[in-house]
Amino acid sequence: MTAVDETPAVPLSAAGNPIGFGRMLRKEDVRFVRGHGNYVDDIALPGMLHAAILRSPFAHATIVSIDTSAAEAHPKVKAVITGKLLETLKLAWMPTLSMDVQAVLATDKVRFHGQEVAFVVAEDKYSARDALELIDVEYEPLPAVVDAKKALDPGAPVIRDDIEGKTDNHIFDWEAGDKALADEVFAKAEVVVSQQMLYPRVHPSPMETCGTVASMDPITGKLTVWSTNQAPHAHRTLYAIVAGIPEQKIQIISPDIGGGFGGKVGIYPGYVLAVVGSIVTGQPVKWVEDRSENLMSTAFARDYHMNGSIAATRDGKILGLRVDVLADHGAFNGTAQPTKFPAGFFHIFTGSYDLQAAHCKVTGVYTNKAPGGVAYACSFRVTEAVYLVERMVDVLADELGMDPAELRLKNLLRPEQFPYTTKTGWEYDSGDYPRALRKAMDMAGYDQLRAEQAEKRTRGELMGIGISFFTEGVGAGPRKHMDILGLGMADGCELRVHPTGKAQIRLSVQSQGQGHETTFAQIVSHELGIPPEDVEVIHGDTDNTPFGLGTYGSRSTPVSGAAASVVSRGIRDKARIIAAAALEVSVDDLEWELGRWYVKGDPEKGKTISEIAMLSHGVLELPEGVEGHLDASVVYDPPNLTYPFGAYICVVDVDPGTGAVKVRRFIAVDDCGPRINPMIVEGQVHGGLADGVGMALMQLMAFDENGTHLGGSFMDYLLPSSMECPSWETGETVTPSPHHPLGVKGVGESATVGSPPAVVNAVIDALEPYGVRHADMPLTPANVWLAMQGRQLRNDLAVP
Amino acid sequence: MQVTITVNGTQFTRDVEPRMLLVHFVRDELRLTGTHWGCDTSNCGTCVLWVDGEPVKSCTVLTVMADGHEVTTVEALAKGGQLDPVQQGFMEEHGLQCGFCTPGMMMTARWLLDRNPDPDEGTIREAISGQICRCTGYENIVRAIRWAAEHPAPAEEQAAEEVQA
Amino acid sequence: MQTPAEIDYARASSVDQAIALLEEHGEDARVIAGGHSLLPMMKLRLARPEWIIDINDLHELRAIRVEGGELVLGALTRHADVLESPVVGEHYPILVDAERVIADPVVRNRGTVGGSFCQADPAEDLAAVGSALRANVVIRSSSGTRTVPAREFHTGPYETEVGPAELLVEVRIPIRPSAGSAYEKVERRAGDWAIAAAGAFVELSGGVVSDVGIGLSAVGARHYCAAEAEGFLRGQAPTPENLAEAGRIAAEHCSPTSDQRGPADYKRHLVGELTKRALSRSVERAGGGA
Repeated sequence: MTAVDETPAVPLSAAGNPIGFGRMLRKEDVRFVRGHGNYVDDIALPGMLHAAILRSPFAHATIVSIDTSAAEAHPKVKAVITGKLLETLKLAWMPTLSMDVQAVLATDKVRFHGQEVAFVVAEDKYSARDALELIDVEYEPLPAVVDAKKALDPGAPVIRDDIEGKTDNHIFDWEAGDKALADEVFAKAEVVVSQQMLYPRVHPSPMETCGTVASMDPITGKLTVWSTNQAPHAHRTLYAIVAGIPEQKIQIISPDIGGGFGGKVGIYPGYVLAVVGSIVTGQPVKWVEDRSENLMSTAFARDYHMNGSIAATRDGKILGLRVDVLADHGAFNGTAQPTKFPAGFFHIFTGSYDLQAAHCKVTGVYTNKAPGGVAYACSFRVTEAVYLVERMVDVLADELGMDPAELRLKNLLRPEQFPYTTKTGWEYDSGDYPRALRKAMDMAGYDQLRAEQAEKRTRGELMGIGISFFTEGVGAGPRKHMDILGLGMADGCELRVHPTGKAQIRLSVQSQGQGHETTFAQIVSHELGIPPEDVEVIHGDTDNTPFGLGTYGSRSTPVSGAAASVVSRGIRDKARIIAAAALEVSVDDLEWELGRWYVKGDPEKGKTISEIAMLSHGVLELPEGVEGHLDASVVYDPPNLTYPFGAYICVVDVDPGTGAVKVRRFIAVDDCGPRINPMIVEGQVHGGLADGVGMALMQLMAFDENGTHLGGSFMDYLLPSSMECPSWETGETVTPSPHHPLGVKGVGESATVGSPPAVVNAVIDALEPYGVRHADMPLTPANVWLAMQGRQLRNDLAVP
Repeated sequence: MQVTITVNGTQFTRDVEPRMLLVHFVRDELRLTGTHWGCDTSNCGTCVLWVDGEPVKSCTVLTVMADGHEVTTVEALAKGGQLDPVQQGFMEEHGLQCGFCTPGMMMTARWLLDRNPDPDEGTIREAISGQICRCTGYENIVRAIRWAAEHPAPAEEQAAEEVQA
Repeated sequence: MQTPAEIDYARASSVDQAIALLEEHGEDARVIAGGHSLLPMMKLRLARPEWIIDINDLHELRAIRVEGGELVLGALTRHADVLESPVVGEHYPILVDAERVIADPVVRNRGTVGGSFCQADPAEDLAAVGSALRANVVIRSSSGTRTVPAREFHTGPYETEVGPAELLVEVRIPIRPSAGSAYEKVERRAGDWAIAAAGAFVELSGGVVSDVGIGLSAVGARHYCAAEAEGFLRGQAPTPENLAEAGRIAAEHCSPTSDQRGPADYKRHLVGELTKRALSRSVERAGGGA
């Protein structure tokens, strides 16, 4: 696989757009910059009612009674729904994406602060909120399991007593790798270092909160649901299963989505309740959560307590990696991941290195916190894996007294080792890792930075340089291995070329800002030569698109992008037959150039796609067995994941007097294969880098000893602003995927996965004069100051 | 109570509850849904619009407080079918992804450029520091606003020359 | 979205009318200016006033002027006005330092000086500045005006001297022509409330500190000030050692509490560090070049 870093130039359309790959302004922006996006809360239907949810003030409490009479008496209230009512409809519990169940509305007891207790439907949203205050719930508080490390203690309160026979808070144990071999390698190793670390509970917090408008037509029985969701087809099937509504009568529409990041993959109780509300009232019902509800109840991410060990030779050859993980899944096991992998893709934790052995063990536990775990651009927990290995490598560098760049260069997989099967079974498709790291080091001026750092240290100034090298695994995934609730992760795609040569492509995936309407038009353009402005991308509506599993895990381009490519090539093949018929030559006599089939040796004689489209809809006699029209559909089952990778370098300055961290520079070299639209790819990287700064320095959801959520607003759950983010310096190398028809690898989550360890490694590097080897995120000024004094803090629990 | 508010140059008289937030007046009463909301606590800035020409967070203003005042929303940025340079800049520099924070960002950007036609990166970053974007990492928003500064609309160019003269 | 409970609303067209409305509605009324502290509390339904008295039309309260040797900031002066005022910048760079780190530019377009004082958040920046500068707060009621020293104005967290039928109308700061002043704040991110903050002014005379004011925010300092540290520094040479010692004394006498922003001992450490820095920059700005 020869790597080229330049994407070849393509011809431009009449509108000035590339016919194929290249920088192109986004088609969707035309509506967004005018304020004409159409988000869920923008939807207003005739007779639409508004709903609000009453939530639990306790993390763990028995519900003694609920009195809704005053709320029901409110003149503008149309319905008050409680768990009791749902029980009569068999809707009080719904399946989670991990085959557990979750309460739609609490019946027996509440299990986390912010859990759904009652649902009010009223004529307007102010009245719905007013009515919440009229509901009288009597609780009997129970001791809460807040510290995941105590969840399995004998005598710990049992959270899930709704599960028959459940006597503890254990969810699963899961292992990967060869334990015996790892133990052997560790026993013989010259150097073994261990480190405890926590990847704290964080929240993706898209700017748009979650919401639903549900409209059940009482006459036709047709249910239409507009909702903030990343997987409309999977939602349709789940509604059919949960509510027992025939699937053909359900239409799920994901209109414009104000960011998802994994937080809009699952179905939340509010969505189901809006449907119930519409059924009960016979009118459309809108429910949109506020920011506190969003932070307190929708899917969080991470919360992995990791105990890692790394084995190496004295001269820095890494031999093995082991990790024990305690995973806090909250009160219901609701993580989204392929069924086979209860810890997601965490077992990709050997990262980018050539090891002799590896082993990981993950134990999942219930706690009295909101459910979730897999959200926030994590590629099914590759974030945690990359953080673990990239911190461990720095811990080892510290132990060996080696430069962390040198240590990485010594151990990175070499290009000739690909395809490479890891010690936990992943088959990395392609890569040239040392080249990417060297490029990042060149861009950063690594040696000069080290010299500057040394000079600054003599003056007591704290400057740090942090490196992270990540391998992502995205594009889930091969059907035989990967599913969500039994639904295989293959994507459908349909392409119609209309008589005048303009096209519509129907995707199963759906955009939350990634620019599908542009990128997928460019794919069709690349394959067929139709200008991208002439290709309309249709997505996010189950009645108008083929089945597929949705957009998350950076899977749209690896899976649906391949589908779009394959379906276009099908059209191209059919066009060849039609062109041959029209030109009265054999198909073998035709040669393809972008947008046109022509006769070999007689390039003047040919038919453009546009001409062929008209012919296909016309009266031209077609060969036996060839149907008219120029339409095609496909279901793409990816043979493997794709494995984008990258080398990141972060430079920070730390104020020794206050502990405040300033990110001075961030250099990101990403390799995601060829870039369909380099502008969009760079934008995806930028956003993920900001995530890394946010998680590393400020984002945290902490709980007090009673399980009270302490980050219920943006005043407490801090997201990075323009002031904390530096001007990103990006670069690329290009190593195509050998198995993807376009060679592309997916990039949406690369930077979120790769950047946090770079920032943390930089801060720890800055604190070297204080002998600091590790400190957990977020590295707030207070935590940095504590680390400087050799003190550690449990970030996941309230500050003592 | 009855309020009369000029929104994007048109006077609207409506009966509203005194507690109604300005963002709801604009979105629900007038159906101008380009102004979004994202946080309830005036931290995120997706609800930024102008009152009397100044950007404010409309989730933290009562409609009745705007009675008799002028409100301008993203829907009025384009003039006569012509995009404002800020809108064009956000497209040219990929200053938006999901588009949710974009209207608020653009309203603040336009206000900034009206007061300072040639802001440097630091000035731009500070101006938008009370507005959160989860998609772009801010880099391309800064570039978009710089693009707008470098490509003023003809009328703007004239005004800038007048200021200099 | 969160929504406030039902309210009644009145817009005052004069200070007297505002006070009359407050007298009429008593404890059930709250004054609204910028609203950026009050409205979020109302949306959470933690604040439930029955009446909202809007004072945004009292344009006479939106003023910055020098009068009788004092810098006068009207209660309705927006944070943005303070930040952009050349008069403020000339006399008190501490106000510019502080305003630059209060919330964000859009919030500063609405938030007011009077609102900041009256909200009395324990982490309020302007309260510390007022204390540092020994400002006076002018309060009006139907029986006239009274002046309260900033160091007596705040009676506790979220509590002030302003009675239910009173209105804060202006803040008056004595001008000290030779003083240097500065404000230092550590925050978790831009626009956040302080983890800790310190503000100071220093006047130098004959090589020693002739007068000094130190204000502290977010650290449980009584009246937002560090009186003991001021007492130590007065009459001392502005040496780095003395400034550091003043910081140490300030740290000793405040009472920070542990919370999500950091543990108490860290905040105490910050008080020492930030007081020293604020003093040092004040000395520098006073021409003392510490």
